[in-house]
Amino acid sequence: MDYRIGRFRVLAAVLAGMVSCAAAPAALAAPDDERGRSLVRLVRQDCGACHGMLLTGGLGPALSPDALRDRPREALVATVLGGRPGTPMPPWRGLLTEDEAGWIVDRLQAGFPER
Amino acid sequence: MRKRFEMLSVLLRAIAALALGTSLAGCAGGGAALRGTGDLGVVIERADGAVLVVENSTRSILGRIDGLGDLSHAHAVFSRDGRYAYVFGRDGGLSKLDLLTRRVAARVMQAGNSIGGAISQDGRLVVAQNYDPGGIRVFDAGSLELLADIPATHGDGTLRSKVVGLADAPGNRFVFALYDAGEIWIADLSQPRSPRITRFPGAGRQPYDGLVTPDGRHYLAGLFGEDGIAALDLWQPQPQLRRILSGYGRGEQRLPVFKMPHLRGWAVAGRRAYLPAVGRHEVLVVDTETWQEVGRIPVKGQPVFVMARPDGRQVWINFALPDNGWVQVFDTLGGKIVASLQPGRAVLHMEFTARGDEVWMSARDDDRVVIYDTAHLARVGEIAARSPSGIFFASRAARIGF
Repeated sequence: MDYRIGRFRVLAAVLAGMVSCAAAPAALAAPDDERGRSLVRLVRQDCGACHGMLLTGGLGPALSPDALRDRPREALVATVLGGRPGTPMPPWRGLLTEDEAGWIVDRLQAGFPER
Repeated sequence: MRKRFEMLSVLLRAIAALALGTSLAGCAGGGAALRGTGDLGVVIERADGAVLVVENSTRSILGRIDGLGDLSHAHAVFSRDGRYAYVFGRDGGLSKLDLLTRRVAARVMQAGNSIGGAISQDGRLVVAQNYDPGGIRVFDAGSLELLADIPATHGDGTLRSKVVGLADAPGNRFVFALYDAGEIWIADLSQPRSPRITRFPGAGRQPYDGLVTPDGRHYLAGLFGEDGIAALDLWQPQPQLRRILSGYGRGEQRLPVFKMPHLRGWAVAGRRAYLPAVGRHEVLVVDTETWQEVGRIPVKGQPVFVMARPDGRQVWINFALPDNGWVQVFDTLGGKIVASLQPGRAVLHMEFTARGDEVWMSARDDDRVVIYDTAHLARVGEIAARSPSGIFFASRAARIGF
């Protein structure tokens, strides 16, 4: 039973990933490999300071696919760029472009790379 | 009969002595000669769930202990004899590490999400502070048996707050802050299985960390949700909550904070405390007799750790993104910044040797710990470490608030 639930979750994650990719603007500039690696590092290490390096949560909430799957992509991108007033979540605009924030959100919703 | 017994006893003792001698020789042959731990410490390799055991004088790695889980934001305290390091992992793992044998002496999974811990004045209790489930848990320092579970309840009693700023205080007391509730609690654990809690509501919005002064007298909780610091005088029979540095931001818009400042590892030098200003490129200077602000030090970025060299002559400061490659040194006698160093990329933590001749700094993105001589402000060595974060030396065993 657990196994089937697990399978369903994987399928849902894949579908969510496809939907969010489909919804992404066609002109989204994917960061090159080096920038991509540094973004993964930024999320794991620096976002991880509050959200946990494994993104299981800390002072800030968990950023796992389970936690984010049902959240609208645009709202998540807006949170990354603009922060959440009244909480310690800062606006990352200035350190991240809109495309980079979208790239990060897509990967968070699908399951974030290790490195 | 009696004589025969004595002979037998002598014989047994001789055999025992021989066996002990052999085993000691065996140990020496294996490289584990008798030694102390006063020169040792641990470095957290946060991405690998590992801890390096290091030696100060030789600037070397004695060994690595693996399998410690998620060590992002890991913290360590030491047993009184300096032999054991208690490492608190993000995933709730609490590991008791033997610095001499480089083995895990005991380990428990005590919570879902943890943020650090402290050890009691008498060395018998190890306490973990947890985000989930919000509260503190008290363990026997020998066996890691759970002795008390203190949920950080607030509101109607069903809500639980994340706990921050746990500090040990004299009298086997522990002081901590409730991030979600804006309260400070004192837990008197002189009877560990029957904790006595004193609550201080209304401490301020979103306390983010706390410290106890080196004399164990004052507990300070930094506030994130407003400009100010909540303080308690623990020497008083009935401590009263007071607010210091209220409105130090003068109503100005603060900068985005990319990393929470830390207060643990305090900077109290002489009669002054040096505290990070949240969202400002400033260190606040406070007189610890009057608790009035007596100055501000403009610095390179937003301070994360503001740490006094053990003698109080210097204060070292590291910074949040995007200035986390810099470290500045403030001379408390001359009253000015005397060095702006670039020890490496992403300097997360600094630790002074026991008497402050050296400072070890973790340069996370360079995969090394960089060592500086504090008298000449010169780089004197480094050790390789994978994504190093916290550095903790065994000399912490003898200090209140560490």
